[in-house]
Amino acid sequence: MEATIQALGVRKAFGTRTVLDGIDLEVPAGSIAAVLGPNGAGKTTLLNILSTLVAPDAGTVTVNGHDLARDPSAIRESISVTGQAAAVDEVLTGEENVTMMGRLNGLNRAEARRRSRELLESFDLADAARQRVVTFSGGMRRRLDLALSLVATPPVIFLDEPTTGLDTRSRRALWQTIHGLRTDGATILLTTQYLEEADELADDVTLIDGGRVVASGSPGELKAQVGETVVELKTHDGELLAAVPTDGTLPGLRAAINQLEERAAPGAAVSLRSPTLDDVFLHLTDPAAGQATTQKAFS
Amino acid sequence: MSTTNTTTPQPQTTLGPGRRPGRRRPAPGVADAVLIGRSVRHSLRDVETMLMAVLLPVMLMLMFTYVFGGAISAGGTIAQDGGYVDYVVPGIILTCAGFGASSAAVDTATDMANGIIDRFRTMPMRSSAVLTGHTVASLARNLVATAVVILVALLVGFRPSAGPAQWLAAAGLVALYILAITTLFTAIGVVAGSPQAASGYGFVLLFLPYLSSAFVPVETMPGWLQPIAEYQPITAVNESLRALLMGTDPGWYGPAAVAWCIGIGAIGVIWGAAAFRRRAGRR
Ligand SMILES: Nc1ncnc2c1ncn2[C@@H]1O[C@H](COP(=O)(O)OP(=O)(O)OP(=O)(O)O)[C@@H](O)[C@H]1O
Ligand SMILES: [Mg+2]
Repeated sequence: MEATIQALGVRKAFGTRTVLDGIDLEVPAGSIAAVLGPNGAGKTTLLNILSTLVAPDAGTVTVNGHDLARDPSAIRESISVTGQAAAVDEVLTGEENVTMMGRLNGLNRAEARRRSRELLESFDLADAARQRVVTFSGGMRRRLDLALSLVATPPVIFLDEPTTGLDTRSRRALWQTIHGLRTDGATILLTTQYLEEADELADDVTLIDGGRVVASGSPGELKAQVGETVVELKTHDGELLAAVPTDGTLPGLRAAINQLEERAAPGAAVSLRSPTLDDVFLHLTDPAAGQATTQKAFS
Repeated sequence: MSTTNTTTPQPQTTLGPGRRPGRRRPAPGVADAVLIGRSVRHSLRDVETMLMAVLLPVMLMLMFTYVFGGAISAGGTIAQDGGYVDYVVPGIILTCAGFGASSAAVDTATDMANGIIDRFRTMPMRSSAVLTGHTVASLARNLVATAVVILVALLVGFRPSAGPAQWLAAAGLVALYILAITTLFTAIGVVAGSPQAASGYGFVLLFLPYLSSAFVPVETMPGWLQPIAEYQPITAVNESLRALLMGTDPGWYGPAAVAWCIGIGAIGVIWGAAAFRRRAGRR
């Protein structure tokens, strides 16, 4: 069966700056895909293209069977988008925001009000429903933003860094929500800075850097790419000095330990662990990766 | 098919892959109505702007009748029976309408700088209905401000001699003028880089009434300025409005005023819509 989201050779330049340099992406129906990449990798630009906001310079895109170049308005009927910046009306109250969005999605007044109550309730905003959004905290704004995107129930959902700015509890609640949407039959494409999040949510991960796809596959496959085992070197008070991925064989481990030799400080200890997506990310996006730097850059 | 029962975030229904219904396009006119309602709410909640919209006419009226009025009448150039008040009221109506309409530029630019427009753009609706919302709300706001101007004018001695038909025509002309410049200001709001810039551009347009027959007769201006003042749109609208309110014949100013308003309005609509389409989503 044809994938629900398909991008082939998508290119985009702003002026002379090439942001996307031939991106291929396929998201099968009913799955969750995550796009990972460092700041400025072009994640938002890619999502903007897929959601009809920005026209690509080259490449073909189909979403839910509709061709972007021929029928963007059919795509708009199939998608819901949560952008990276909260798109809420600050002057209105939380409730007015959701009701307005309901009306704009073809619900009548009563339906819109009912939907608004449901959504505000489930995003933990019921108490603030009658407050103006200007008075909302950043996390509340984000949750309202997500609620606005879920007023409609289209088959395809785009989320640009949905959990950025949320506290741990809200983040976990949103993860549940996203799993629930998939159970409902939605196809979801999200971007994230949190590798833990991609690991938790995504069936497939696409890693982009410098405008190209540098790796893709299931979280498990990607982790296998950097090896079976990671050898870590830590000081006695637990500070990470270096981490080297290995294939888990004896010669591999021996080579890794030799490599760590030169960085060993007095009292430093060696330990083994399974690779995380962090290792993949740094290994593939940072030229100096194989060396030491699996630091806490993304946690 | 009901769209209301499918995705509560904690899922209650299981539809299976590909079974989600899609978005419903709002019925024709609904998006406009909803977004007009939104802009009107914005206006009502922006207390400062509302206050200015009412205070400015009062201040202008008092200043022109009590401070400048004496000097200008004493110059002997105003041939109006009721004195300077009767002469200047239409000009103050137009100045205040221009001031009021300029906030449509700021409102539009504020929206453009916010993600909400991008949200509308990804929905199956005519997203430029946002502009319709601002335009209609501005029209309503400024008709109220105009009523305030006329009320204050009557208090300080304005004595119009218009019959009911002429009042109606005058109201129609003012509404048409407000609509025309509001569409222009809305377009400015779309192209302006920021709300502050939009407010700056709007300010420039607010000087136009001073270069018309609104406050002093064109004949009293320096020779080189006279043709500019005589043939600029505000003079035509202003002279027509004064004629209607004072129950005299607007002559060729009448059709000229209507033509100017329609022309300016058309430019505003076309420019605004084109610029709105061009300013693709940025974030
Ligand atoms: N409208 C635009 N005009 C010019 N340059 C742009 C525009 N939009 C994005 N860019 C540039 O394209 C690059 C990619 O931006 P994009 O927002 O897609 O990155 P991102 O992967 O989403 O980053 P982040 O993780 O910070 O959100 C950046 O260098 C940015 O400066
Ligand atoms: Mg981004």
